[in-house]
Amino acid sequence: MTTSEPVTQPISEKPQQDDDPIIEIIAMHKWFGEFHVLKDINLRVTRGERIVICGPSGSGKSTMIRCINRLEEHQRGKIIVDGIELTNDLKNIERIRAEVGMVFQHFNLFPHLTIVDNLTLGPIWVRKTPKKEAEETAMYYLEKVHIAEQAKKYPGQLSGGQQQRVAIARSLCMKPNVMLFDEPTSALDPEMVKEVLDVMISLAEEGMTMLVVTHEMGFAKSVAHRVLFMDYGQILEENVPKAFFENPEHERTQLFLSQILH
Amino acid sequence: MTVHVIDPAAENLKPPATSVGVVGWMRANLFNGVFNSILTVLTLILLFQTLPPFIKWAFIDAHWLSGDACRGADGACWSVISNNLRFIVFGFYPHPEQWRPLLAMLLLVGLLFYSQNRSRWNKPLAWAWLVGLISMGILLKGGLLGLTAVESTQWGGLPLTLLLSVFGLTAAYPLGVVLALGRQSRMRVVQTLCVIYIELIRGVPLISLLFMSSVVFPLFLPEGVTLNKILRAQVAIILFTAAYIAEVVRGGLQAIPRGQYEAAESMGLNYWQTMRLVILPQALKIVIPPSVSILISAFKDTSLVVIIALFDLLKTTKSVLSDPQWMGFSAEAYIFVAVVYFVCCFFMSNYSRRLEKELDTSL
Repeated sequence: MTTSEPVTQPISEKPQQDDDPIIEIIAMHKWFGEFHVLKDINLRVTRGERIVICGPSGSGKSTMIRCINRLEEHQRGKIIVDGIELTNDLKNIERIRAEVGMVFQHFNLFPHLTIVDNLTLGPIWVRKTPKKEAEETAMYYLEKVHIAEQAKKYPGQLSGGQQQRVAIARSLCMKPNVMLFDEPTSALDPEMVKEVLDVMISLAEEGMTMLVVTHEMGFAKSVAHRVLFMDYGQILEENVPKAFFENPEHERTQLFLSQILH
Repeated sequence: MTVHVIDPAAENLKPPATSVGVVGWMRANLFNGVFNSILTVLTLILLFQTLPPFIKWAFIDAHWLSGDACRGADGACWSVISNNLRFIVFGFYPHPEQWRPLLAMLLLVGLLFYSQNRSRWNKPLAWAWLVGLISMGILLKGGLLGLTAVESTQWGGLPLTLLLSVFGLTAAYPLGVVLALGRQSRMRVVQTLCVIYIELIRGVPLISLLFMSSVVFPLFLPEGVTLNKILRAQVAIILFTAAYIAEVVRGGLQAIPRGQYEAAESMGLNYWQTMRLVILPQALKIVIPPSVSILISAFKDTSLVVIIALFDLLKTTKSVLSDPQWMGFSAEAYIFVAVVYFVCCFFMSNYSRRLEKELDTSL
């Protein structure tokens, strides 16, 4: 899906590289059985940085961001999130997961809970926030994604776009330091894509660190500090959006862009 | 190109008269086609042939109370029930003390009815159940508060059936859930143990389990240690039912999409929180219909305890029939027992349907 918006100026300047990256991936490899899905991934994400990851399906982009909160386990190399290295230590994993919000392609709201209960579940049980306070926070974020009037409904009663906005609000209720988006608009009807992207843009304006796997090139152009192109389980190219879209260097990137941007 | 203008004032017409009302209903449900019309007529003939004679036998010509008039009469002899009701319901429980099991049963039924409504499920109700169960135990067993002690060997009839089923089912369900979770566990040892348990128990009939618990198991107990027979039967029923519940719950767990686990985990919920708050509420809702099937069949299977000489409702009824005075009235006696079982099972399935509807959020 392509949105042919003019290349606008990034919302804010890219934060300076510092010595305290929020995510650091060093020489990470992953296999699914015999299949080598991720090969020697190296990535440093600065606080407040927004990265868009694109590439053909099966290139390993979803797997890579799922490694960051341990939904997938990497087999070699290091992943350090906010100073904590991901190991098999369950306590560490839970701590990192609480700091890292994740939005899925298929929303994954809990169908047996109302919208507001979906939002308060994490804060109440993980953060031990009192119920009343958690509900106030939930309403604040629902307000923010323009969906507060649906708070008492169940996910099944909402449209796809509304559900995805609830999912974003649910992640925000945990007050995460990083947000991961795994193709957040791919399962939506075309007319609902914009409402979700708008929420993501406003999140970007507030300086949230974001890693977004998406095919929305308009979003990449206007919001990202950096665009990564992945294929064959590797990061083949990375650049600022302007250069990435105007002068892609890698042959594979050129082919990919010519196929999705016409 | 034509443009259709939507006219908001367009009249909402009434459906044709033949599709509503009694005639419409009959056409749609009884006579919609040649084959169905024939079936309807055949069914009506069959009902006409069987129903009036049954009503005549069961109600019009029936004897309700008198014992002697029954012999040689055409109708049903319900006196077999009315004259032996106390023995059928309470078994060998001492006559003057039978108000105690009666009270215990009323307490149980009252609590069950009150707990039907989910909006009443709260802490005080949980305490009420605890107090209720303890007082039921005291009422049955006695030996406290000036109540004469009644040995559990004298318990029987309906209270015994209810005791075995209510405790059996309420204990088997959580155990089954734990087994199902164990079978899904990533820890190989836990998983293997659960699989072995489930397959072993499911591969054996309940009768043989009951038999083992009452005959074989005591052989392994150290000398001088005896375990109550009812307790042993109870444990056998729990272990047996749990294995079946486990497999049903596993089916429900597998029906939950991977994304639900991921969403819960990515929030930082730990394993038990994920299960309790996200996965099980959905999985158990899916498996309400098959679980209730298992609970109903387990309820009826409690009648198998006769083989270890416990006098449940069915056995007390049978004993009445072996009395020369009442021999030959088995139809009436078994109809009565069937009605008691049916009422309980119908209550369970009815309640489960209601629960399903209440928990449905997918609108």
